[in-house]
Amino acid sequence: MPLTLAFGRTAVLTDNHMHYCPGCTHGTAHRLVAEVIGEMGIADRTVGVSPVGCAVLAYNYIDVDFLEAAHGRAPAAATGLRRTLPPDRYVFAYQGDGDLASIGMAEIVHAANRGEKITIIFINNAIYGMTGGQMAPTTLPGMKTTTSPYGRETADSGHPIRVCELLDTLVAPVFIARGSLSSAKGIIKAKKLIRRAFELQHQGFTLVELLSTCPTGWGLSPADSLLWLDRNMAPFFDQKTFREPGAMPAHAAPYRPDLRVRDGDDGGAGDNEG
Amino acid sequence: MDGDKRLMKGAEAIAEAAIRAGCRHFFGYPITPQNEIPEYMSKRMPQVGGTYLQAESELASINMIFGGASTGARVLTSSSSPGLSLMAEGASYLVGAELPAVIVNIMRGGPGLGDIAPAQADWAMMTRGWGHGDKRYLVLCPSTVQEAVDLTGLAFDLAEKYRNPVVVLGDGLLGQMMEPVVFGPTREPPAAPGWAARGKPADRPRVIIRSLYLDPPDLERHVGKLFAKFAAMEQSEARAETWLCDDRPPVVVCAFGTVARIARTAIARLRADGVAVGLWRPITAWPFAAASLRAVADHATQLLCVEMNQGQLVDDVRAVIGDRAAVSFWGRSGGVVPTVEEIVAQLCALASRRGAACP
Repeated sequence: MPLTLAFGRTAVLTDNHMHYCPGCTHGTAHRLVAEVIGEMGIADRTVGVSPVGCAVLAYNYIDVDFLEAAHGRAPAAATGLRRTLPPDRYVFAYQGDGDLASIGMAEIVHAANRGEKITIIFINNAIYGMTGGQMAPTTLPGMKTTTSPYGRETADSGHPIRVCELLDTLVAPVFIARGSLSSAKGIIKAKKLIRRAFELQHQGFTLVELLSTCPTGWGLSPADSLLWLDRNMAPFFDQKTFREPGAMPAHAAPYRPDLRVRDGDDGGAGDNEG
Repeated sequence: MDGDKRLMKGAEAIAEAAIRAGCRHFFGYPITPQNEIPEYMSKRMPQVGGTYLQAESELASINMIFGGASTGARVLTSSSSPGLSLMAEGASYLVGAELPAVIVNIMRGGPGLGDIAPAQADWAMMTRGWGHGDKRYLVLCPSTVQEAVDLTGLAFDLAEKYRNPVVVLGDGLLGQMMEPVVFGPTREPPAAPGWAARGKPADRPRVIIRSLYLDPPDLERHVGKLFAKFAAMEQSEARAETWLCDDRPPVVVCAFGTVARIARTAIARLRADGVAVGLWRPITAWPFAAASLRAVADHATQLLCVEMNQGQLVDDVRAVIGDRAAVSFWGRSGGVVPTVEEIVAQLCALASRRGAACP
């Protein structure tokens, strides 16, 4: 009986050997992004932005044009791409939690607030992986890292930042969702979220956060890392779709995007001549 | 309209020159004394089908031009000294990734928050210390509004020729003064070059714009490639003006930008009184026009560097001149602008040291 390959490499992934540690979910996230780009048939119209962090080399694997941004600045670089490329192009940035939620917090908030027509794939593994396991803005209370050796003390270093909830206070985004890569079911769901984000990208700002593992940084085996994610991260970071097109921040005071300054009250600064 | 003469403020003239050079994408953050550039762009870009975007910070604006340059677009940002400090990281990435972009620095007083008055204290930062790593920037120093217009157009050409960021370095006076200017031919935005990241068609390998070379020999090769470009710039792009030096005066003033203009008046006044003084004015801060300066030192025994800082250009002059001539420095800083009388007095003090008469 002839053997057939039932599960091969997806077309938009290169055949480069991935440098990620065993059990790290970056490889899974890369594959999901590549599958979505391939299935949408947009590989020739997509430009990616890689972050500073373990995924800086994402361009070695995801087979589209790429740009390597400075630490935290991927949303600004993606804005530069979006504003100069033809409107039919797809722009995505792939960022980790230190990159997006610490050093790059201003850039992500303002890109979201402007409604930049880009997709952000946000990998949250609660730790700085590449630099050796330091505390991240998403590190859980009590979680030990190389720079919180007694466990994160919230009275001293604050609470984990929940990025989806924070960005969901803004008006402009059209899609914000959080998924998890800890199980086959979660991975299938995560792919749907990524697909939805890419499909909505030309309407506005889209972001998918993916709860991810860092077995090396966490000091756990790949299998135990998946259990640890479910036990510790999943309860803290709600997995759901926060924003769909047309929706407004549920908890915010009603916002009236139709409101503008009254006629005659528009100020005179813009009318200055010379 | 090409060739029309208009009365314009320096900052606005720079913005208009960029548009006429085919720049259709401006990203910037407000800072005095250059706000007229973003304000002008916010009005003009929509009229020419371009993009004006107010960034959330200078960190963002330099990275927005990084993204824009990656697609082959002609991109511009502008700021003033403290903003340039924030942009240093992104500037280094532009060099590393070999991206063309133009950055305007309308200098103000520092250090720290300093003030909003004109200064020239970023010479050393722009020529040596802007951002980390081995790198250079082409730095153009206009002295008049007309020259600011001409050099802004040139800046885009040089940025694209070398795939390297180019800085237009002015000061608060140049940005704020109004002068008649004539614009050259209007140019359209360029077609996207082959190296641009715009989505990979089937007929070419994909593009990766990056500055990371993890293997040290790879990075050394990359830096070597960059420095071959910098050597070519030193060979071809160093520019300077020599004024009233045909009679080989023994004293020459070295000054750039607005100060060169004030020095010109001081020199003219002394010349009228029969005192032989000339001017040497670097137009490129880097590459430094060393050959032109050496030629001046063939006749000048005394070089006086006049600057709106505590002595930065003078370091480059001393490095080239050594002991061929006596090099001295006089300057004002903190946003204080030197007067013609002060420069005349400095030059007279030099002349009397030589035993020459000075009125």
